[in-house]
Order: sequence, then C-alpha cells, then structure tokens
Amino acid sequence: MTPAPGVTADPADPALPVVPLRHRGRFVAGLIVLVLTASFLVNVAGNPNLDWPTVGEYLFAPLTFRGLVVTLWLTFAGMAIGIVGGVVVAVMRLSANPVLRTVAGLYVWVFRGTPILIQIIFWGFLGAFVPTITLGIPFTDVVLYSAQTSTLIPATVAALLALGLNEIAYGSEIVRAGIQAVDHGQTEAAKSLGMTPAQTLRRVVLPQAMRVIVPPMGNETLTMLKTTALVSVIAGQDLLSNLQAVYAQNFKVIPLLIVASIWFLVLTTLFTIPQRRLEQRFGRGVAGSAVARRPFARALETWKARR
Amino acid sequence: MSSAPPAPVIDARGVTKSFGTNTVLRGIDLEVHPGQVVCLLGPSGSGKSTFLRCVNHLERIDGGRLLVDGQDVGYELRHGKLYELTERRIARRRAEIGMVFQRFNLFPHRTALENVVEGPVVVRRRSRAQVLERGRELLDRVGLADRASAYPSQLSGGQQQRVAIARALAMEPRLLLFDEPTSALDPELVGEVLDVMRDLARDGMTMLVVTHEVGFAREVADVAAFMADGVIVETGPPRQVLDDPQHERTQSFLARVL
Ligand SMILES: Nc1ncnc2c1ncn2[C@@H]1O[C@H](COP(=O)(O)OP(=O)(O)OP(=O)(O)O)[C@@H](O)[C@H]1O
Ligand SMILES: [Mg+2]
Repeated sequence: MTPAPGVTADPADPALPVVPLRHRGRFVAGLIVLVLTASFLVNVAGNPNLDWPTVGEYLFAPLTFRGLVVTLWLTFAGMAIGIVGGVVVAVMRLSANPVLRTVAGLYVWVFRGTPILIQIIFWGFLGAFVPTITLGIPFTDVVLYSAQTSTLIPATVAALLALGLNEIAYGSEIVRAGIQAVDHGQTEAAKSLGMTPAQTLRRVVLPQAMRVIVPPMGNETLTMLKTTALVSVIAGQDLLSNLQAVYAQNFKVIPLLIVASIWFLVLTTLFTIPQRRLEQRFGRGVAGSAVARRPFARALETWKARR
Repeated sequence: MSSAPPAPVIDARGVTKSFGTNTVLRGIDLEVHPGQVVCLLGPSGSGKSTFLRCVNHLERIDGGRLLVDGQDVGYELRHGKLYELTERRIARRRAEIGMVFQRFNLFPHRTALENVVEGPVVVRRRSRAQVLERGRELLDRVGLADRASAYPSQLSGGQQQRVAIARALAMEPRLLLFDEPTSALDPELVGEVLDVMRDLARDGMTMLVVTHEVGFAREVADVAAFMADGVIVETGPPRQVLDDPQHERTQSFLARVL
C-alpha cells in the first residue's frame, strides 16, 4: 500500500531521501563580494597610470634580482643572528646569575621598546656618532686596532646589524617561552642521567622547546622579510632600495612598488612551505602529530572512503 | 682498606632540609648497604621524595651529612673542609645513581631505544653503534624488545615506566632510586613494573624505593623504613615494621593503607 500524499512515510524506513539545507544567504553574500572584487580589479588593472609595461620591464631586471638577493640575505642572516643570539639572551634571562638576568632584561627592554625604524637609522648613521671604532685596552692608551666607522660598516652591514640585534630581543622572548613550556621533570630526568646543564639544554630542553618555538619563529621570518624594506631608509641595497633608486629618476612610483609587492608576495608564499615541514619535524613523538603529519594524504583517504 | 666491611652506599646522618620556613627533613638517619633493597614508606608530605632527591643532589641539604659511596653529596672533603663541587662534577657523580620517577619523565622526542641509549651516548660518550645492542638487551630485560622504535606517547604507562627503568640501568648505576614508580599507573599495570623491580632486586641491585605498595615492600625489601614529619620513626626488617609496628604513627598509617 502506497501512502497517500501528505501522509508521513514509515519512520523506520532506513532509506528515506535526505534534502540538504540550501544556504541562500551565503550564496547571495558570495555573489555580492565577487562582483565588487571583480569591478575593483578591472578598475585597477585598467588604470593607465599603473603602466603594466614598466612593471614587466622591471619585474625580472638584474637590478631587481640584485635587490632580491640582498633582501633574502638580510632576512636569513638577520634571523640567524636573532635565533642564535635569542637562545643566548633567553638562557641569560633564565639563569641564576642576577647580573646576566638584568643585562638580558635591559637588552630586551631597549630593543623591543624602540621603533625598528629608529634602530635602522641609528646603525646607518653610526659613523656620525662614533667616527672611529677603536679596539684597545680599557683605561689605558693601548690601541690594538682603529678604523673609520663608515668604512667598517657599509650600509648593508648596518642594516643587518639593525635587523639582527632587534630580532635577538624578539627571538629571546620566543625561545624563553619555549624553554619554560618544557616540563621540569625533563630537566630532572636529564640531570639524573648525569648530564651537565649545557647537555641538558642541548639534548633535552631545546629539542622539545622547538615545538613551541618554530611556529612563531616562522612568523618572525615572514615579518623580517617584510621589515627588510625599511632598510631602504639607509640605502641598504635591498629590493626596495634598488627600485626606489629607479623611481627617484623616472617617477614611476606605483609600477615599481607593484614590482616589489609581487616579489614580496612570491617570497612570503614560498616561506610558508619550509615552516610547515619544520613544525612536523619537531612535533615528533607528540600524541596527535601523526595526524597533522600528512594532511593531504589524510584528506585524500577520507575522500576516497566517502566515494 | 680492603679488609674493612663494605661501606654503605647511602649513609645519612642527621640530614635536615627546609623550604623557606617549612622544615621538611628534621634529621634523617639511614644506611643502605650494597645489594640491599630499602623501602621508604610514610604519609604524604612526610618528606620521602625530598630525601630521595637529596641523595642525587636534585635538592641541596641544609644540615647533617649525606654520603653516597663514602663521598659527601655535592661536596668534596679536603683538609677537614667540605668544598662545594662544580656542576660538572656533580653531574659526574649523578651518573652513578639512577632515578625512576613517578611520572616516568621519558624524553618524548626520542623512541624507547633512543631514550635508553641517551645517557651512555651523551654522558659516557660511547659511540651510538656500540650502545645500541646493549640498549636492545636492556629493553628485552624489561620485556619491551618489540617496542624499541615506539615513542613514549605510543606506550602504556606501565611500558613507559619499564623503559624509564631500562634508561636508568643503561648507565650501570651503583644505586637506583625509585620515587613511587607505580603511583601514576592504572592498577592492572602496577604488576608488570613491580615484576621488573623484583628481578633487579634478585640480581643484587642496590635500591632505595619510596612506595605505597606494602605487599611489594614486605616481599622484596631487606629493610623497611617508616617516615613521618621529616624523621624516620621506625626501621627494620619489613616483617617487623609492617606486621608488628611499634610506633603509633606507623600503626595508624598501616591501618589506613591496608
Ligand atoms: N621545591 C619545593 N619547594 C617548596 N616546598 C616543597 C618543595 N618540594 C617539596 N616541598 C614541600 O616539602 C614537603 C614534603 O614533600 P615531599 O614531596 O618530600 O613529600 P612526600 O613524602 O614525597 O609526599 P608524597 O607521598 O605526597 O609524595 C611538602 O610539604 C611539600 O610541600
Ligand atoms: Mg613524593
């Protein structure tokens, strides 16, 4: 017997048809945003002031690549200084020695408390404050080495110094948080095996702290990459410095800034790939990390299973 | 020297220890001789863990003397004075004492086998290849030969604690300290850890064990010591201390535990 229209079907039927909810509101909102975005892009791209030929001309110019090399070098060398120095300052801040603790605290206070732009200009103009750098024995007239500051510290080195010293302050806070996140029982287990404090730090504490340190350090690297643009104020030879030198001559400011932006987008996108891999590596042995290890493979499996 | 009776491995005389104004140890006297198993029992907060931690210098004592293998823990006796040791030398002495913790404290970023060989490789500077075989033997000894490449998070509590024991054994310690090794375990996993400890006792390992397992103490210990409020109130053969306690504190504690 077939049920009459309007009469409820048998609730025990295991194969009842399912009607999914239609998200009409979502559809309308999506359409509006899509139209607005498209009209914006058409307007921008069609703007004659944008001058796409100039963008194309400089996108792969040798001067752009020279700038990119300096930008990348500044980023990685700056991060290297920041990480190594950050570990040192973090260990100082956690040490039992009150002098080390205070000095480290002061360092972080000064470098985090002043704008990076000022720090960059400061290092760039160091020659004005300290015309010669002298290495001697304090409180005597013995001079071991002396040189003009400006010859000793060219603009790129001043830029690296500024970025690196600043990054130490931020890096040390990240490393400190990472070290403090490691269970104290780990230190005790390492000590009772007979490890020295240095061995305990290197073999037991830091590897585990890495899990906490790597994600924010990845973000720091991205921030550092973009912050390198600031060293253009002291003509640091980086990507933006080089492009600025061009638009100072031909006044094509917007196209050249677009060239810079395209390259920064490319680099920031590329940077997120090694970050993911590092996070997986240092998540070893942690419950649940096997799940995070291969998100694509897992998504594929789920998808296959559903079909 | 050689004709003298073997010196105690642990020789505590009037050991005191405070945390700020809180006096936790009020004069501990205890001897542990080579090959002995001494079980330390007592109510929570009586200072059992603190004393154990003093023995391998995770805590520093405030008074009295605490000798391990005839040497002051954390000090060197020269010309009638006790000179404080450097961190490096303290570490070297700790390497001779194994410790097993209530919460296992395995290194989570290393496999079971890597945990076991970590001490020999880092502290004794043996080559990894040399110690891997011995590491496998030790895992076999605690019944975990097949879990060598598992990470701690993939092991049960009982398995983790057995790896922790193997890790301590890898240093070939003169003395093993256990701080409530089964207290964090589900009841059905306690037995496998106690079995391993029983085997060690049979093999002549010197052990100081803080435990609430009265049955284990009665069966395995050579000496049971009962601690309350920072002093050892009663000590002797387990049959005497546990089955016929003389001190009122011991009696009331055992009445509650059993
Ligand atoms: N690092 C520390 N700082 C301050 N007080 C401490 C510290 N460690 C232990 N104490 C105190 O010392 C006392 C004894 O602690 P201890 O851990 O030695 O007791 P216990 O006998 O091992 O107890 P339980 O059976 O609960 O483990 C407690 O009152 C505790 O609060
Ligand atoms: Mg305790």
